[in-house]
Amino acid sequence: MTLAIEPVTDTPFVIAGREFTSRLLVGTGKYASNAQMIRAIEASGAEVVTVAVRRVDLNRDTEEGILHHLDPSRYFLLANTAGCFTADDAIRYARLARAAGFNEWVKLEVIGDQQTLLPDAAATIEATRVLAAEGFKVMAYTNDDLISALRLEDAGAVAVMPLASPIGSGLGMLNPHAIRTIKARLQCPVIVDAGVGTASDACVVMEQGVDAILMNTGIAAAADPVRMAIAMRAATDAGRLAYLAGRMPRREVAVPSSPLTGMLGA
Amino acid sequence: MVTEAATEGMTLTVNGSDRTVPTGTTLAALLTQLSLDPRMIVVELNRTIVRERDRFAEMVLSSGDSLELVHFVGGG
Repeated sequence: MTLAIEPVTDTPFVIAGREFTSRLLVGTGKYASNAQMIRAIEASGAEVVTVAVRRVDLNRDTEEGILHHLDPSRYFLLANTAGCFTADDAIRYARLARAAGFNEWVKLEVIGDQQTLLPDAAATIEATRVLAAEGFKVMAYTNDDLISALRLEDAGAVAVMPLASPIGSGLGMLNPHAIRTIKARLQCPVIVDAGVGTASDACVVMEQGVDAILMNTGIAAAADPVRMAIAMRAATDAGRLAYLAGRMPRREVAVPSSPLTGMLGA
Repeated sequence: MVTEAATEGMTLTVNGSDRTVPTGTTLAALLTQLSLDPRMIVVELNRTIVRERDRFAEMVLSSGDSLELVHFVGGG
């Protein structure tokens, strides 16, 4: 007898008309080596990988450009505007990224505070409007605040990316209610970005019903990034499946799992 | 042949640092001098992106030009 596992049916993961194969998106920063980064990304099963735009180091002795290590025909390169503190800077970085010639997508980040790296929602909305008008597909990193998320969608974002917790904090999802509220109210895909520290965090995020999850440090800063990438992949799938399956209701009292009838006589 | 003008040179700002190159240096020549593959970078000249890479060879730089040479690096 063979054990037939039923095929899992899920809606395709589509952003702005493009279907993506994996609901786990990963960053490429903070790895101990490029070789480790490549192995971890491969293990994660991610299709979308984020990259940053930076000056070429003219005094370099090694090649630091990521395209020397990452095959751009194999992964969907999503350039970010990390490190930008104004809408103008973020727009400038986005335009430079597009000029690299891969695609017109950008992970828009406008940071509002150096210490917490929390996003500047007003500046992000402003930059989204400008970039969307220029034909960019803007995936906007933002707070777990519904109104900011609504404004970003209205400004033309093709996906809104609320944080689970601050960038690189590994604190997991601090406000599941806020994330669920954003997912319930937006038409465009909602991708939770930042704050995931370990596999259970990723699972809980996906259980909220969001479309996807983006992480970098949670994998890169693990003691064994390749193992953690495998764990994150499984957790993303598990969380998605659990969401689709629909969890049982929470109860304040115990309910027996075994029959109350058929007990032995005294 | 080294001309009088070429020996004088001109100063550019490249990624925030001053750099003296021979007068008449083209963008393509500058990238060659820096051992940079034009296909791997994006060039911003005086805050304007130079989109056409096949024009690098004919773009003669001027003294005082400011260039940003950027590429993709690891990031989240």
